[in-house]
Amino acid sequence: MEDTGTVVAFWILATVTVGSALMTAAVRNLIHAVVFLIVSFVGVAGLYITLSADFVAVTQVLIYAGAISVLLLFAIVLTPRGSRDNAESFLRMPALVLALLTGATLGYVALDTEWSIAGRDGFEETASAIGEALLDRYVLPFEIASVLLLMAMLGAIVIVRPEGANEEGAE
Amino acid sequence: MRLDAKWYDLRDIGNAVGALLEQINDCGAPDWVPYVVSSLIGVVGILLWTVLSVLAFIWIERRVVGLMQNRIGPNRVGPFGLLQPVADAIKLLLKEAITTRNSDKVLFWLAPIVVFIPTLVIFAAIPFGEKMVLADLNVGVLFLIAIGSINTIAVFMAGWSSNNKYAMLGAMRTIAMLISYEIVQVLVLLGAVLFVGSMRLGDIVAWQDDYNTWLLFMQPLGLLGYVIAGAVEMNRSPMDIAEAESEIVAGYHTEYGGIKFGFFYQAEYLAGFGIAAIIVSLYMGGWTLWGLEDWVPGWLIFLAKMYGVFFIYIWFRGTLPRLRIDQLMGFAWKFLLPLALVNVLVTGGEVLLWQEAGLSAGEALPLFGVVNIALAGALVVGWAIALGHRSRERVAHRAILTNELGAIYYGEASPRL
Repeated sequence: MEDTGTVVAFWILATVTVGSALMTAAVRNLIHAVVFLIVSFVGVAGLYITLSADFVAVTQVLIYAGAISVLLLFAIVLTPRGSRDNAESFLRMPALVLALLTGATLGYVALDTEWSIAGRDGFEETASAIGEALLDRYVLPFEIASVLLLMAMLGAIVIVRPEGANEEGAE
Repeated sequence: MRLDAKWYDLRDIGNAVGALLEQINDCGAPDWVPYVVSSLIGVVGILLWTVLSVLAFIWIERRVVGLMQNRIGPNRVGPFGLLQPVADAIKLLLKEAITTRNSDKVLFWLAPIVVFIPTLVIFAAIPFGEKMVLADLNVGVLFLIAIGSINTIAVFMAGWSSNNKYAMLGAMRTIAMLISYEIVQVLVLLGAVLFVGSMRLGDIVAWQDDYNTWLLFMQPLGLLGYVIAGAVEMNRSPMDIAEAESEIVAGYHTEYGGIKFGFFYQAEYLAGFGIAAIIVSLYMGGWTLWGLEDWVPGWLIFLAKMYGVFFIYIWFRGTLPRLRIDQLMGFAWKFLLPLALVNVLVTGGEVLLWQEAGLSAGEALPLFGVVNIALAGALVVGWAIALGHRSRERVAHRAILTNELGAIYYGEASPRL
């Protein structure tokens, strides 16, 4: 973090990320909230780039900004219009408490940990290292995650299947 | 040979830019100045080139589709109607940019800009020549897919903020379509990446140059999948159900007029060029052409190939009818996705075989090429038959008179045909 460019980039990205995350919670229109959330996701991807984690950054854009946010948009559009805004609800205080607790925990961990500073020169390729780690050392969690996703997919198909559909799938 | 080229060597404009940057460095400017200068040159160059290409192709496409459909096309403004795109552009600029009363104003204004950015950013990672690449990312292929996925959001913003049911329908169709075909896209590009062993677009082009081959011979299934998924992503006929005029007015940009519509229009063309550029870089050797790039500028070869691929898309548009949405979705999930999975499996096996059996490239690549092309043909035909496709029984090649048939048969093929 010595050179000016990285520092400037970090502060711009941090402001954008945190600002849009706050706006996500503050705006009343849920669609606007999702758009702010997407900006926040992209800001996080930028932060990953300043940390030389190119693969993670691109994956962040692909998965969060490209896929998860579309899922959220779909969920909002399929919600009845009456409950489609960021209105006040009885969950407000619990949510605030939970958010504060999470923030406090993360802040405490961040301040308390003795971070080792990586002295790295230039941009290393991380994609192949991540691939090798996933298929070599961490193959079991990787496979468990894929089985979990497969189960979710099968579950979705089971839910969507019309009641009383027979083996041939005829109605 | 290319590395010691002088600044006036126009075979690679990167030489001139490199010389300029060295000059700047020698003047004792701070570190960041060359970065800013090189990115400015790249951005301005790409912008100018894309605007000119879009203007040219608006005319070419309308004339070519006109010829294909047996009509004339634009022919009034200037010689051969050449000034028609200029007139159109001026008209779009001068028109009032209407914002409908009950629309979501902010998103309505933001959507045309957001739809424009990702289509332009794609060109940053495309190698136009050996040194003519703005950012040769080492996760290039993944970057292209990620940027393409941003488009979905912009289209949704446009459709939702218009407060128009046709716009909303178009947006939902686009999203369903893009999400389905994105999976196909990722899987087919994975085949190409597996073969080369790198996601850097420069490396993929260099690999094809080194082995004197094009990846399309190694990845025919991948090319098929990508061409179709690309047609979906660039939202062109026959995959343009998102803006099918005969069904939902103009889809997600129904409420847009003036220059805001112009942004959508240009973004669509840019997406088309982007997909064509990706196909050329990944599957057709990029800026190389078996040694010709030493004589002819590599970027000219690249542009020629790119316009050629884009012409094929125009050809699609001129000749194929539009698909229905259920056909389009079924095609992605039932047809392309299984084939793409098989492609990944076969490619992985071949790469393993190549490494383990110690084959030389001269032996392995022709073998893989023949096997893959045969396999692709067999799989496409076999899987289509397995899914229940039958070739049409008998097609009359000439008009048949009723008295020749003896009677009119409604709804079924006549016994004499």
